[in-house]
Amino acid sequence: MATTAEGFDTHNGDHAHHDADHKPGFFARWFMSTNHKDIGTLYLIFAIVAGIVGGAISGGMRLELAEPGVQWLGTFVGWLGGDPLSFDQQGHMWNVLITAHGLIMVFFMVMPAMIGGFGNWFVPLMIGAPDMAFPRMNNISFWLTVAGFCSLLFSMFVPGGIGMGAGVGWTVYAPLSTSGSVGPATDFAIFSLHLAGAGSILGATNFITTIFNMRAPGMTLHKMPLFVWSVLVTAFLLLLALPVLAAAITMLLTDRNFGTTFFDAAGGGDPILYQHLFWFFGHPEVYIMILPGFGMISQIVATFSRKPVFGYLGMAYAMVAIGVVGFIVWAHHMYTVGLSVNTKMYFTAATMVIAVPTGIKIFSWIATMWGGSITFKSPMVWAMGFIFLFTVGGVTGVVLANGGVDDNLHDTYYVVAHFHYVLSMGAVFSMFAGWYYWFPKMSGRWHSEFLAHLHFWVFFIGVNVVFFPMHFLGVQGMARRYPDFTAAFAHWNWVASVGYVIVLASVAIFFINMIYAFVAGRRAEDNYWGEGATTLEWSLSSPPPYHQFETLPVIEDHHSADDHISSKSATA
Amino acid sequence: MTTATATLENRNRRTMIMAFAGALAMLGLGFAAVPLYDLFCRVTGFGGTTQVATQAEADAAAALASGEAYSIRFDANTARGMPWTFKPVQVTDVVTVGERDMAFYTARNNSAVPVTGTATFNVEPEAAGRYFSKIQCFCFTEQTLQPGEEIRMPVLYYVDPAALDDPDMQGVEQITLSYTFHRAPEQPETQ
Repeated sequence: MATTAEGFDTHNGDHAHHDADHKPGFFARWFMSTNHKDIGTLYLIFAIVAGIVGGAISGGMRLELAEPGVQWLGTFVGWLGGDPLSFDQQGHMWNVLITAHGLIMVFFMVMPAMIGGFGNWFVPLMIGAPDMAFPRMNNISFWLTVAGFCSLLFSMFVPGGIGMGAGVGWTVYAPLSTSGSVGPATDFAIFSLHLAGAGSILGATNFITTIFNMRAPGMTLHKMPLFVWSVLVTAFLLLLALPVLAAAITMLLTDRNFGTTFFDAAGGGDPILYQHLFWFFGHPEVYIMILPGFGMISQIVATFSRKPVFGYLGMAYAMVAIGVVGFIVWAHHMYTVGLSVNTKMYFTAATMVIAVPTGIKIFSWIATMWGGSITFKSPMVWAMGFIFLFTVGGVTGVVLANGGVDDNLHDTYYVVAHFHYVLSMGAVFSMFAGWYYWFPKMSGRWHSEFLAHLHFWVFFIGVNVVFFPMHFLGVQGMARRYPDFTAAFAHWNWVASVGYVIVLASVAIFFINMIYAFVAGRRAEDNYWGEGATTLEWSLSSPPPYHQFETLPVIEDHHSADDHISSKSATA
Repeated sequence: MTTATATLENRNRRTMIMAFAGALAMLGLGFAAVPLYDLFCRVTGFGGTTQVATQAEADAAAALASGEAYSIRFDANTARGMPWTFKPVQVTDVVTVGERDMAFYTARNNSAVPVTGTATFNVEPEAAGRYFSKIQCFCFTEQTLQPGEEIRMPVLYYVDPAALDDPDMQGVEQITLSYTFHRAPEQPETQ
């Protein structure tokens, strides 16, 4: 295999104009892009932009929650042209903030970064494919996502009932989202979900086709890198879950605009049905957001332990199991709608079953590190942070899985703490781990490892200061989705808001690091992580040539899932 | 190489079509959930959905009457914006299992225009939904009341004797029958 990569470098040098690294002009390259690496880059940039917007909105929320009473919402209402003194509009503003924060972070930050960004960049590289199966469809996926984001942002500036914007929560529950929100804002928010969903379904189709049909000769499914496995499972979840959301929100639109009563009891409908449909999508969605992270963590832990990942097949099929079981646990999000005891018993048991494959994964990561020759490079510390914090979030998830316990904790800050531990720590830590792992590969330049470590520690402290106190607040009964709270909750809310400032500082370190990398970063070698990095992207230059693998790499019999590069003599 | 590329294109197209077919099927299932959920609730009594019975079924149930009885509590609500006064004539009743019983509600239209209402219903505890059978009910059809009009509306029902064999119904002594009257969609607002 190594011969192919060397062949490329020679090829590059010889033919300056029609070589593998020939790039189109700026507009054609970035706006009409069909190159998986360029589209991956666009997705990553888009995710960073959306992350800044979503993070700024959470800053507004922590500002408001820093003290009891309503201090800031009126100001925000004023910015959108409403009446700053109207208590109703202030409350609506809060709903708009939580809606925008949730939808942006889920659909326009985590999903584009994980699947569109890292997936696009590294799935073709890791399986030895020249590009995605449908490069132009790939382009459509990206621009549909951008259009969806614009639609969501636009919704904040049109009337949504009480004030400007869609104040319906990321779940868009009826009847708040139907008869409760007059005005076009909610329609635009729903339309943004349609666009982002369509983009994701096209992307999922593309990934499934690419992974099934375009693997390098000799790379069987059981020799695929775990990151590719994770994207394959994620693509199936997207393909099967998103259309159900599309159906549900289409019915919301017709209920809102065309007089249907799918979710209106007065016309024979049932608002609870919307919740069932939403969470039939929504629960797989949370695995969509974390599975690619699982895949990246597996690659990183193995690389920096210089060991094959422990229990490769168990790791791959644990993800498949999580994906399958993820479809039959949805009603644990709706324990309090009046489910019968038997229904709650089933959903409690089924939900807890997911802890088994998840436990297999945590165990296997630790077992991979066990006895390994560990180097604590920045991706590894982010990965270890991920394992620790995701486990904390998983444990609170097992607590919440209990239908009886959830009666007490439902819609409290305990739930907020839980899902931020698995998402804004789990998913985000895995994304930063993947970022520092692959950034020199993607850009060809080194970030500062010191700043990457500093970023890790400041971020680690910051997010824990933000979210750990929310466990206390939740157990004490502070409800989520409210801008105000009793003075009894003031202390830990203040602490959480201080934590936000720490997180903000860490994000500044991240951007300084990126500026450093592009201004002064030294050039990255082909395989800068050394012998632990064994997947095909490390056989290419950094950054890889614009077109790679014109001659397909071959996975020989002596190669295993943990080694796609070495020549026979090296393994012997 | 050309043939190899052609076959890959064909395989890719086939995979894509299968993936899209899967997505379309899930989209269809999403919409099909509406009638399926309705059917599921009616068949299983999920969420305390009551059953509809014919006279013949009621006679068959009456033949199995064992003399045990449930207390039935009657509950009446109106949705927001529904200008009716709606209440049960009797708050509780005792009915022998298997035997049919007639209960009455009254509704009065307090507004100055005719209003058509439609009633949603369920029973508590939810496990009783499968056994609470209505032969006749004002909730089966829409009701229109003229301004100021007041009517008495009957419910003819029985509790299926099979309830006595259901472990989930052990210890249940009282069943609450609840109605909520909504303004039927697509009529001009009054106030």
